[in-house]
Amino acid sequence: MSAMHEPNEQQIKEEKLYRQMGMTDEEFGRVEDILGRLPNYTETGLFSALWSEHCSYKSSKPILRNFPTEGERVLQGPGEGAGIVDIGDNQAAVFKMESHNSPSAIEPFIGAATGAGGVLRDVFSMGARPVALVNSLRFGDLTDARDRFLFEEAVAGIASYGNGIGIPTIAGEVQFDNCYSKRPLVNAMAVGLLNHEDIQKGVAAGVGNTVIYAGATTGRDGIHGATMSSAEVTVEEEAELPVMQGGDPFLEKLVMDACLELAKSDALIGMQDMGAAGLSSASAEMASSAGYGIEMNMNLVPQRESGMTAYEMMLSESQERMLIVVKKGREQEVIDLFAKYGVEAVAIGKVTDDKMLRLVHHGEVVAEVPADALAEDAPVYHKKSEEPSYFKEFQSMEMTEPVVADLKGTLVDLLKRPTIASKEWAYSQFDSHARRNTVVAPGSSAGVIRVDGTNKGLAMTSDCNSRYVYLDPETGGKIAVAEAARNLVCSGAEPIAVTDCLNFGSPDKPEVFWQFERSAAGISDACRTLNAPVISGNVSLSNEVNGVPVYPTPTIGMVGLVHDLSHVTTTSFKNAGDLIYVIGEATQDFGGSELQQMLEGDISGQAPAIDLDVEATRQQALLAAIQNDLVESATDLSEGGFAVALCEKAFDAEGLGADVTIAGSAVTALFSETQSRFLVTVKEENAKAFEAAVQDAVKIGNVTETNRVVIRGEQDTVLIDETVEELRSAWKGAIECLLNSEA
Amino acid sequence: MKFAILVFPGSGCDVDMYHAINEVLGAEAEYVWHDEAELAGFDAVMVPGGASYGNYLRPGALAKGSPALEQLKAFAASGKPVLGVGNGFQILTEANVLPGAFLLNKGLKFRSGKVKLTVQNTESIFTESYEKDQQILIPFAHQYGNYYVDEETLEELKENNRIAFTYTNGSVDGSTGHIAGVLNEQGNVLGIMPLPERAVEEIIGGTDGLPLFKSILKRWSENNVSHA
Repeated sequence: MSAMHEPNEQQIKEEKLYRQMGMTDEEFGRVEDILGRLPNYTETGLFSALWSEHCSYKSSKPILRNFPTEGERVLQGPGEGAGIVDIGDNQAAVFKMESHNSPSAIEPFIGAATGAGGVLRDVFSMGARPVALVNSLRFGDLTDARDRFLFEEAVAGIASYGNGIGIPTIAGEVQFDNCYSKRPLVNAMAVGLLNHEDIQKGVAAGVGNTVIYAGATTGRDGIHGATMSSAEVTVEEEAELPVMQGGDPFLEKLVMDACLELAKSDALIGMQDMGAAGLSSASAEMASSAGYGIEMNMNLVPQRESGMTAYEMMLSESQERMLIVVKKGREQEVIDLFAKYGVEAVAIGKVTDDKMLRLVHHGEVVAEVPADALAEDAPVYHKKSEEPSYFKEFQSMEMTEPVVADLKGTLVDLLKRPTIASKEWAYSQFDSHARRNTVVAPGSSAGVIRVDGTNKGLAMTSDCNSRYVYLDPETGGKIAVAEAARNLVCSGAEPIAVTDCLNFGSPDKPEVFWQFERSAAGISDACRTLNAPVISGNVSLSNEVNGVPVYPTPTIGMVGLVHDLSHVTTTSFKNAGDLIYVIGEATQDFGGSELQQMLEGDISGQAPAIDLDVEATRQQALLAAIQNDLVESATDLSEGGFAVALCEKAFDAEGLGADVTIAGSAVTALFSETQSRFLVTVKEENAKAFEAAVQDAVKIGNVTETNRVVIRGEQDTVLIDETVEELRSAWKGAIECLLNSEA
Repeated sequence: MKFAILVFPGSGCDVDMYHAINEVLGAEAEYVWHDEAELAGFDAVMVPGGASYGNYLRPGALAKGSPALEQLKAFAASGKPVLGVGNGFQILTEANVLPGAFLLNKGLKFRSGKVKLTVQNTESIFTESYEKDQQILIPFAHQYGNYYVDEETLEELKENNRIAFTYTNGSVDGSTGHIAGVLNEQGNVLGIMPLPERAVEEIIGGTDGLPLFKSILKRWSENNVSHA
């Protein structure tokens, strides 16, 4: 559509055309009040995009305010491209997690790829070199052909981008549940490193300074992506969705290398990725956060297609684009810097002192609105929250132990559950060792990367068991944080900060908003107790298919500091003869468990209880023991419980097995998902020191060289006795087997 | 000894190579940007892995059009060592410096991990620090790792001891003759698909790749002592 054919101000109001852009009548009225006149088509587009849930957090803000965001390590909390934490020696870790759920539901390869691309730009726009990627994925259980397609393509898309740009994917998780059927969650996290003096921010300051556009040209792709991602997708509507933006990791690498070189230059004032809502959000946010205005000549924006309107250019979500503000007079030097990398950079505007975002096209002002109004003055909604009826019902249910006749058969079946089974099919497609610093690759509790040139490391993980969150959002939120911290501790790292990706259904449903509110409260509690503040994050609402929301899934991305690489510990058994200890006792916790889902085809009852003080005490004790070199291997107990965790310790330990004796009722001892539990192995000579350090640890047996997993119960009964080979083959081949099924 | 690391747009594993040579091997390496290449002053050229030109068209196909390739061919013809790893190997086959071509992995997907190789030739500049038939564990990461040569070339490679490394347990990706690394006729150019520069430190990927770089350095030192 050419600008001539755009509806005029009156038509927009009278025909309520703003509604098609996702704006409500009240919001449109508010825009009218702010401007003191009716907005034109371009201006309406700007407001609708910047005031979308995705950009403005208008429904989630009141909840997000309660997260603990400060701590002695925090250098930059939420609000910038990514959060920053101090890791000592004048270095800092920079990280952020983002969702790309809606695009991945439609075009999974492109959607997942551009998700990785976007979050990488968030990190390098802060001046940090990205060093690792983590992904957190949720799909239907692979019995449906569409879900298999979505999973295969999303994994290939992530691989194409991460491998193409040459940044290793070192950790991640995949959960399979039919609540995600046709509505997958694709969350990507990027972690970068910088020296303190190189921190950059997205600010457009200094009157007369120059606004430079760098990177890919602007096309008509992804227009109104931000609005779309805040809307529910019904399968029938897919055909009407806007053209998706494609990704180009090759160009991104060039843009990244150029931006990182620019970050060292004193010509730079600020830079920001053109992410959701593209040029609109980048320009409005940079101007607003610096307290200035920006004027841009839209004719100068590099364009991929002819006849583009200002509206289209401002709302395009073409990928691999950066908005940069440089000192007046230094433009050519910056343009030359980009040219060296083969990247186009063009001066398109200047910083002004009138705090307006002003767009000029063909010599005429086509939009003129206060930058603050776009970036800061979106309405804030206090959505209605209501406890869903299922919650009371589940809470009042008496938890009983499931009846299991065949213990070994049940263990094998659990190992084949895709959520528990080996994810090698997925992570073998990711180059996990690029840039030669990967100490622990995917497959252990957390990924660990060496901090270049030091003997320190960063451990990273992402976690969320959404079944627990559904049954009891507050408890589930706590568990998500605790589990992430457990995974870091088991890897020898001190948890230092959190990024999150809060994936929920429609906030207009009071029950969904209640889930959001309660799980955020649980997350806040756990972050405080475990001393891991939230430094960045993302909210993805309206994840529903045909009106049914996915389970509430507040994914927690956590980064830990490995003070000395000799502390790095992995899941696998190390030496025959080592002692096996379990930390924490099993109680009957089957609500939301993998066993319950497997036996009953659904979940119900209470989520496992968690006592955060017990959690913190155990984590601190175990970490200290690991740092004192008392521990050979460590893993936490999660989905599937004790028996699954014990097997996982044997799977990558060539020739080793286990012989253990456990107390209490067999089904509970083997399969319950009681929280705050760990399995560790210790050399015999360290047993005394370890027992003194970790008071809750109970010795249960030995690592053997028999290549069998033997679990004995009370009174000399043998509960499970099977070769590692047999168990491993069930676990290892399960996902590929499901993908190859024809059903 | 001075190593050049020839960098194309998109060559991501240049840093891996730089680290292996400068910080672990203890020799001197320099990045050389492809269109400013002046290779004459160097003692060896490394063509690193990654995704030059985004692997558009075909991996290595666009890099072969770079002005650096003429220089590289001249450098190779002079008898000095040239090593291409991963995408660097693909570039060398595309430029006909090494025989063969790369197809999509048999399983069609990108694959990454560690793989066992058998050292077949221990007489070359690149392999003399290994034992004959030694098995080594080397990281790999590729989508076009399916090396193809025709029957006739395969026989010729075998006869002339030009197969430097094979996949010990067969090639999952489909490579002809399970070839993982191949030498040119003169023996001064090696292409290897797995990534030895990522296996030079115990804590990162093991040290099985280090003897390859030590071999290059050793031969250079011997030659330069004898010339002195």
